[in-house]
Amino acid sequence: MSHIHPLNPETMPNEPEKATLEGKNKFLGLWFFLGGETVLFASLFGTYIALRNSTAGGPTSQEMFGLELVFIMTILLLTSSLTSVYAMYHMKNQDFKKMQLWLGVTGLLGLSFLGLEIYEFAHYITDYGFTFRSSAFGSAFYTLVGFHGGHVTFGIAWLITIMIRNAKRGLNLYNAPKYYTFSLYWHFIDVIWVFVFTVVYLMGKVA
Amino acid sequence: MSIAATQKRSFSAILWDYLTTVDHKKVAHLYLFGGGFFFLLGGLEALIIRIQLIKPMNDFISAGFYNEMFTMHGTTMIFLAAMPLILALMNAAMPLQIGARDVAFPFLNALGVWLFIFGGILLNMSWFLGGAPDAGWTSYVPLATDSATHGVDFYVLGLQIAGAGTLMSGINFLATIINMRAPGMTYMRMPLFTWTTFITSVLILFAFPALTIGLFLLMFDRMFGSAFFNAALGGNAIIWEHLFWIFGHPEVYILILPIFGIFSEIFATFSKKRLFGYTAMVFATMLIAFLGFMVWAHHMFTVGLGAMANSIFAVATMAIAVPTGIKIFNWLATMWGGSIKINSAMLWSLGFIPTFTIGGMTGVMLGSAVADYQYHDTYFVVAHFHYVIVGGTVFGIFAGLHYWWPKMFGRILNETLGKWTFWVFFFGFHFTFFVQHFLGLMGMPRRYWVFLNDQELDLGNFISTIGAFLMGVGVIMFLWNVIATAVKGEKAEADPWDGRTLEWSIPSPPPFYNFKQVPLVRGLDALWIEKTEGNKQMTPGEPLDDIHMPNGSILPFIMSLGFFIAGIGFIYQVDHKLWYIVLYGGMALALGTMVVRSLKDDLGFYVKKEELEREAK
Repeated sequence: MSHIHPLNPETMPNEPEKATLEGKNKFLGLWFFLGGETVLFASLFGTYIALRNSTAGGPTSQEMFGLELVFIMTILLLTSSLTSVYAMYHMKNQDFKKMQLWLGVTGLLGLSFLGLEIYEFAHYITDYGFTFRSSAFGSAFYTLVGFHGGHVTFGIAWLITIMIRNAKRGLNLYNAPKYYTFSLYWHFIDVIWVFVFTVVYLMGKVA
Repeated sequence: MSIAATQKRSFSAILWDYLTTVDHKKVAHLYLFGGGFFFLLGGLEALIIRIQLIKPMNDFISAGFYNEMFTMHGTTMIFLAAMPLILALMNAAMPLQIGARDVAFPFLNALGVWLFIFGGILLNMSWFLGGAPDAGWTSYVPLATDSATHGVDFYVLGLQIAGAGTLMSGINFLATIINMRAPGMTYMRMPLFTWTTFITSVLILFAFPALTIGLFLLMFDRMFGSAFFNAALGGNAIIWEHLFWIFGHPEVYILILPIFGIFSEIFATFSKKRLFGYTAMVFATMLIAFLGFMVWAHHMFTVGLGAMANSIFAVATMAIAVPTGIKIFNWLATMWGGSIKINSAMLWSLGFIPTFTIGGMTGVMLGSAVADYQYHDTYFVVAHFHYVIVGGTVFGIFAGLHYWWPKMFGRILNETLGKWTFWVFFFGFHFTFFVQHFLGLMGMPRRYWVFLNDQELDLGNFISTIGAFLMGVGVIMFLWNVIATAVKGEKAEADPWDGRTLEWSIPSPPPFYNFKQVPLVRGLDALWIEKTEGNKQMTPGEPLDDIHMPNGSILPFIMSLGFFIAGIGFIYQVDHKLWYIVLYGGMALALGTMVVRSLKDDLGFYVKKEELEREAK
């Protein structure tokens, strides 16, 4: 453990997430990963736009979608992005406790978003008989929104893992990039949701 | 941790070493062995195809088996042979060329190679489990969704797993090249192979996710009853074609751009001249990559996208000939007036230029949307893409292997055998495919199991089959060369070719930490600059100090195994719900390994300065 010390300097640098080569690599690598994810979601959006009116006689988006619920979900997720910014702010001030606290809030907001999404899906399935298999629109809807929800789920699992792992030892130059890359990923999910909200729900309501 | 790891070790120790390695040089070996194996398999499939077509109305294999054969030939050659072999060369040479000690994410690098190997195994297990995929390597729906056996399921899961590995490599190389270049190595001092690796990685990053989604949609339709491609429920089969080619067209540039880099290195080295038009080469590569994303619909001219769409894609397609032409002329100008040494690596490179130019010319012909209605799905297309993929990629891989073999394995491949290999393969190749242009123009469609008597197709097909066997002989000669070299090949010195770039400034094979001291780069062709100034070696860019290296890990292997098991579960859960146990078990293994990786600190280890000094003595 003789080399643990460089990761716990007396005074932490201003940007602990990019202070080591490993940190720089993780930071850059995650940005590239998000670039790939953009194409992934672009493919899903393209598919959805092509199929959103292919209802095969089943319920249409105008009949089903309720903007109230989706509005609450949007607020929850946007706020969770804000709280993750607070967490990163506290990371740069080396206030580990407050960072964990705000990350905890982020995770809770993400979980409530997920809860509402599951409720929404259940609502469509039970009240409208609108499923993954009922039409091409159904397949495209559940796949696009579900991929986003899957990303939220993965993000929460990631967050819980690093929060528990580092709870006792505080911030150092080894785990700072891990926290920071999580926050980047979380913002990305948020941005994707803005597009889901626009393309799926708003356009689905007016079209 | 001893540096002098050259003593004789037991087989199990070597095996464990490879299973747990995160060293880019050993990952390169794994890619080479895996890719080489699948290359042989794909070649065997090609020979069976050609035997079936040696005479009219042949019944060597059944029609269904023939479908499986050409599907697996294409899929194997693209995804399991060409790509991994290219990744092998990138892993072997790129980090050395930029003066790095490893890649940015050594763990991901190992994960990528194991995902490729397990994906390849999964895909090929289909042969023994009820039938291989039979919907063509492009797997067009509804042919693919209606295919009765599990074959296409193996295609979907096998490629999904292997593709994830490739995506990781792309991200890894990008971060490596941006963050880990030696001091003084600016972007415009990077060797051209590093440049093409960089740009290819961008292509991988932005192209593969489209395939990922395409495969997911196909998987959902086949296994979970969704309706993306089911016209009865409003689905649209054209979506698959778009997603596949949005990936598929950049993919062909993923296959050729790194090869352009290899040839650039070889032409400069063996002409003893700086690469002509270095800057133009770099920007031509970028332009090809950019245009490569704009032309996918030229694979779909006959779909009926309309005259406007077809025109735009036709013009964009033909525009690619311009930067490619720049490259061809720059290679010729590099050799012009140079002190040329012709050896095996150079022969493959010289053979490439006319061959690839023919392929490029037929490419422009195919790019003309109007004419394409005539060529579409004929042997003219088959001839075209074999001229660019074999004449470009495969020639380039052979050239690169001859060039970097000493660096990878410490021995020089036999030159006499190497030259024989080239000539036999070269003639075999042209016998096989040149005549296919004319078969196509005479109307022979691709992917047909038999052709009729008296259609004037007999002689051409016969010649083609003979050529294929010549190529087979060439490959066997290369294998013979590899074995002979391993047994009693000439030991390679650090710089057997009088090279120009950093990989030739360190021993062959390099120590696991590559550079004892990271070199100071003073310009393009860093080593050559030092040579011209009479320096025996690179000037160090840092004082001798402890070297930080990553730990080996078995986790990448286990994680890939988990995805492999889950893939089997996905394929068979359609038949019986009990297979869900396998599915969840596999996913639990993979995700559990991910959690272990996240929880366990991996701080690497240090090679002590004293140990390095002791080595020097």
